[in-house]
Amino acid sequence: MYRYDEFDTTFVRQRVDQFRDQVNRRVSGDLTEEQFRPLRLMNGLYLQLHAYMLRVAIPYGTLNARQMRQLAFIADEYDKGYGHFTTRQNIQFNWPKLPDVPDILEHLADVEMHAIQTSGNCIRNVTADQWAGATADEFEDPRPYAELMRQWSSLHPEFSFLPRKFKIAVTGAAADRAAIAYHDIGLRLKRNAAGETGFEVMVGGGMGRTPMLGATVRDWLQKEELLAYLEAIMRVYNLHGRRDNKYKARIKILVHELGAEEFTRQVEDEYARIDAPRIMPPPQELTRIKTYFAPPAYEELADQSPELARRMNENTDFAQWVDRNVVAHKQAGYAIVNISLKPVGGVPGDASAAQMRAVADLAEDKSLDEIRVTHEQNLVLPHVRKADLYEVWQSLKAHDLADANIGLATDIIACPGLDYCALATARSIPISQDISRRLGDITRQRDVGDLKIKISGCINACGHHHAGHIGILGLEKRGEEYYQITLGGSGDENASIGEIIGPGFSSETVTDAVETIVDTYVGLRQDGETFLDAYRRVGPDPFKEAVYATH
Amino acid sequence: MPLIKDGQFVADSWTVLEDEAEIPPNGDVIVSLERYISEVDVLVRRVGRVGVALENTADPEEIAPHLSDIDLISLTFPAFTDGRAYSQARQLRHHLGYGGELRATGSVLADQAGFLTQVGFDTFEVPSGQSIDVWNTASGSVTLAYQRGYEGSRKTRDKLQTSPAPQLTPDCAAVAGQTVPA
Ligand code: SF4
Repeated sequence: MYRYDEFDTTFVRQRVDQFRDQVNRRVSGDLTEEQFRPLRLMNGLYLQLHAYMLRVAIPYGTLNARQMRQLAFIADEYDKGYGHFTTRQNIQFNWPKLPDVPDILEHLADVEMHAIQTSGNCIRNVTADQWAGATADEFEDPRPYAELMRQWSSLHPEFSFLPRKFKIAVTGAAADRAAIAYHDIGLRLKRNAAGETGFEVMVGGGMGRTPMLGATVRDWLQKEELLAYLEAIMRVYNLHGRRDNKYKARIKILVHELGAEEFTRQVEDEYARIDAPRIMPPPQELTRIKTYFAPPAYEELADQSPELARRMNENTDFAQWVDRNVVAHKQAGYAIVNISLKPVGGVPGDASAAQMRAVADLAEDKSLDEIRVTHEQNLVLPHVRKADLYEVWQSLKAHDLADANIGLATDIIACPGLDYCALATARSIPISQDISRRLGDITRQRDVGDLKIKISGCINACGHHHAGHIGILGLEKRGEEYYQITLGGSGDENASIGEIIGPGFSSETVTDAVETIVDTYVGLRQDGETFLDAYRRVGPDPFKEAVYATH
Repeated sequence: MPLIKDGQFVADSWTVLEDEAEIPPNGDVIVSLERYISEVDVLVRRVGRVGVALENTADPEEIAPHLSDIDLISLTFPAFTDGRAYSQARQLRHHLGYGGELRATGSVLADQAGFLTQVGFDTFEVPSGQSIDVWNTASGSVTLAYQRGYEGSRKTRDKLQTSPAPQLTPDCAAVAGQTVPA
């Protein structure tokens, strides 16, 4: 993992002091709320329905045990004993008091963390494949580049007052777990015929009220050119992105209105004028960063573990958990463990302070001190010896963290919705809980198989409903919540935007509709066909017929 | 409007000329881009310096041919959240090599001071009532910058020589071909 050096430490401390000064000026009245708002937003501090909310950056979703324990401490001390992991690999605390926030930031700085640019119209926390550095299907570890971008985007002098927020995601694997096509900039490390790795650069993807998939503006970018090329993209956007209408201000609208070709031409023109060597870090800097991401101290192990095989034979629950939650590691004898934060009927992404500490302990003992946060609001222990899986499972079980539902119907993504969010038009957490209870029987879930249900509480789509196999969008009409269903969305390497199936459903009937859709799939699937495969084969009609016939 | 340069209030010798106003025979004047282009012959032949105010939608390229005759360019922030002028400043300084005074006008707040300096602004027209101490505290609160190739006094990592070698764990060190003191 990356470790701060003196430069990073000083930088983050100065940022805390700067924010403390800004808070003091707000409290004393020197700053109006209007002036303070963009300043607090640049440090992740929102004013929600009931209180402030602080969003803490977890850069590209990586944490160590010490950091997780500090998050638990903050949850206990300043929240109500909980933290909420978000779809952008961050964590949110819901009840901080304004004068306490600088202290919280101080606690974060103690463990090399911050809340810089987790909100506001600036470059947000860079996200990445949650299995980076561990997965078997990787061309190159994307984390050094994510870290490089984290540094480069932090307090960027030119790009801190953009037309709108800006999200970058990066992956280095064949399978896309970072949903790069749905980001303002999506970066894919790939390998060419000569065996070198470079970036494919996509621009203009996004969710919100106008969902779009990113367009490839550069099929091949030398890795060394990354920051200079990003600067060109950002400058074109900063100068020409629309500022007259908040809903048209994302870069996707600029790309759409100019056309991908013209947008690309403008970026390339700008890039040609940039003095790239001045901007790019010297080679030793990338080497310095890469050193931190060198493989951890794996033991030389046989790939198969007789202990694991025996335990799986003896214990069906354990075997099912291994089947769903454990995936292949690139190192022989190791596995990647996914920890579900989606207990049946629970709040997606919520973890108690005790659970955070339990995960921290396990990371330290059994995962070479590493934890990851996924954009699907789960956690990962990336480096667990296969022989330790049973013990890990037992510990997780003791903390209600052993749900064997990764990728299944109850592994639902939901945004905070009307329970917390000031922008919400409908509740999303209670809907997710309801659906989770309805489809919660594990035998049924396993039979239904891979299914991504995603719920947003308003058009802003923080719950990624456009990318849900089943997407649910909460809206409001004449004081009544209602829910629109989309089908066929996907955020993976074959990304697609879900299509609306028809009129919405009330909060009482939306769960029935989802169940009907699931049952319809079960009825029409062919051998081994997943929900998404089946939908792509048959289209929306059979689902529409079933849903609107019965409701 | 009070003017700040190098962390102090300074007298402003420049007058902003409305497009309809008569061009005075001497004194430093700031005119719009349109007026500059249409009356460039008159403007460059008079006594006194000439500055140009650019809207934040203007392409700096438009005054590129005249830059050697221009002593001041002012760029505006209609709202402090509208950051277009940061990129205009960068293009003027970097792509076009503009070396004259670059002035920030409009909604210019202390908390922007550091960024403004980094993209190449050197004078700041601030709202009346701005305290110079608050300005200097805010602009000096962060002394480091991750971005290479920008202006101002913030130090990049390459320039901060005190940075120690990374503390390596034994396994990292092995990969990096280094040894770790016990
Ligand atoms: S989708 Fe809407 S309701 Fe949900 S978190 Fe985002 S803004 Fe809030």
